[in-house]
Amino acid sequence: MDEVHLTTPVSAEAIAQLKLGDVVYVSGVFYTAREGVYRQVVDNGVALPDGLRELTNVTFQCSPAAVVDPDGRHRVHAVTASASFRFGRSMARWFERSGARVVVGKAGLTELAYREWFVPHGAVYLTTVGYGMGAAYGQSIKGVRAVHWLRELGIAQALWVLEVDRIGPFLVEGDAEGRSLFALANREIDARIAEVYGNLPAPTLSRFGEVLSRTDEVV
Amino acid sequence: MRLARDRETERLPRFVLTEMLRNWDVATAERRPMCADTGLPRYYVRLGNEATVEGGLVAVERALRRATADATAAIPLRPNRVHPLTREDPNTNVGLHAPEVTWAVEPDADWIDITTVHKGGLFGSDYRMLFPADGVPGIKRFFLDTLIESGKRGLACQPAIVGVGIGGSKDTCVRLGKEAACLRVVGSQNPDPHAAELEAALTALGNYIGIGAMGFAGTSMVVATHVELAHTHTGGLPVGIHQFCLSSRRATARVRADGRVEFRDDPQWFTDYYRRQGLD
Repeated sequence: MDEVHLTTPVSAEAIAQLKLGDVVYVSGVFYTAREGVYRQVVDNGVALPDGLRELTNVTFQCSPAAVVDPDGRHRVHAVTASASFRFGRSMARWFERSGARVVVGKAGLTELAYREWFVPHGAVYLTTVGYGMGAAYGQSIKGVRAVHWLRELGIAQALWVLEVDRIGPFLVEGDAEGRSLFALANREIDARIAEVYGNLPAPTLSRFGEVLSRTDEVV
Repeated sequence: MRLARDRETERLPRFVLTEMLRNWDVATAERRPMCADTGLPRYYVRLGNEATVEGGLVAVERALRRATADATAAIPLRPNRVHPLTREDPNTNVGLHAPEVTWAVEPDADWIDITTVHKGGLFGSDYRMLFPADGVPGIKRFFLDTLIESGKRGLACQPAIVGVGIGGSKDTCVRLGKEAACLRVVGSQNPDPHAAELEAALTALGNYIGIGAMGFAGTSMVVATHVELAHTHTGGLPVGIHQFCLSSRRATARVRADGRVEFRDDPQWFTDYYRRQGLD
């Protein structure tokens, strides 16, 4: 669990050196992206805002708690990541179109997903910690550089370009080889699961998913 | 949460819990949202039987809708509520059946209690129709299924306050499970000894799984389990399970007949009258 400080845009060398479980802080600029932004860029083929690709390669899968000041400027008080598995299928095209190489999110993806969608693009995944770190992360947001697609997508789904100073801690969850920290945890948890269930009997009535085929009887 | 941190022996979940406690300190000191997902605002309103409201109950509902939009802009809350099909966001957290308002009554009282609960809630809740033959072992198994499914990778944002609604009909047990998770004093016991025994057993079972905070191997999965019961169909045993995350947020105000407003931590939702069994 080494402590690592990254500056945006993050170099390929720095990405390659990240180890599972490293505690990461990020300084510079990153931007938010979730369903709405992926729909724009990946599904509808809309170009990323000018200059963003060159500015940073770090993207945060979240929506901010943002406020509009009387002078029309935006402030972001808190950010909390959104569960990333939902965006897996957009990621390969997203990396191609955005140049992003560091994804910050919640709960990560499977090792299969990393190998298929992340590793070929040299991308890694950082998980937020505890997931409810809104205030502590918000403290490290120093300003809103720009907001894109606010009218089309709304506050929660818009693309927010944020200036950050030592935002963290994040944990390296998916490394450059496609290994997953949660997958390691799950192997440890799974080793005991049969014992945890003990002799608790199967339910009287099954559900689809518990029977192998939808033509199987559930009773 | 401090207890969970102190009891947790595994390095990663302990690191997570330490950071979460720091987050709460920052949130308190700087008045920032502890979690940027400020959830779906909703309300639980208990009306004293002797209370009267200018404009009637429609006025209360309108005030809650307006308060939701005002709070969304002023605090700010994240405007999470979107149309389910078009995904359009009115940016107010107000819309079709939103915010939800749950009503209850209380005899011999002239006040109105309003509790607001703000939680996310994409992960960690489930419903299952069990049967009398499944009994308590069946409830335990379903409890494990739900906690393990949502506990891996920390999708439930645990440690969680787990509510288990048992009985009634499908909607009753789901509603009671959510109210048990969100509206009881954390760690309080159900006065029914059968329910209280199950609460203790389920908390121990949940922390025996081997999943800790954020899904890392550990013992900090469950802060407390609250069970609520409802008389049910003689042939069935419906169960609803609900997990309230580590950023659980709620607040209660009592509005008195003379206009005074008092705030408190305990929603006092599960009154003796609310859990009544007899004809009165």
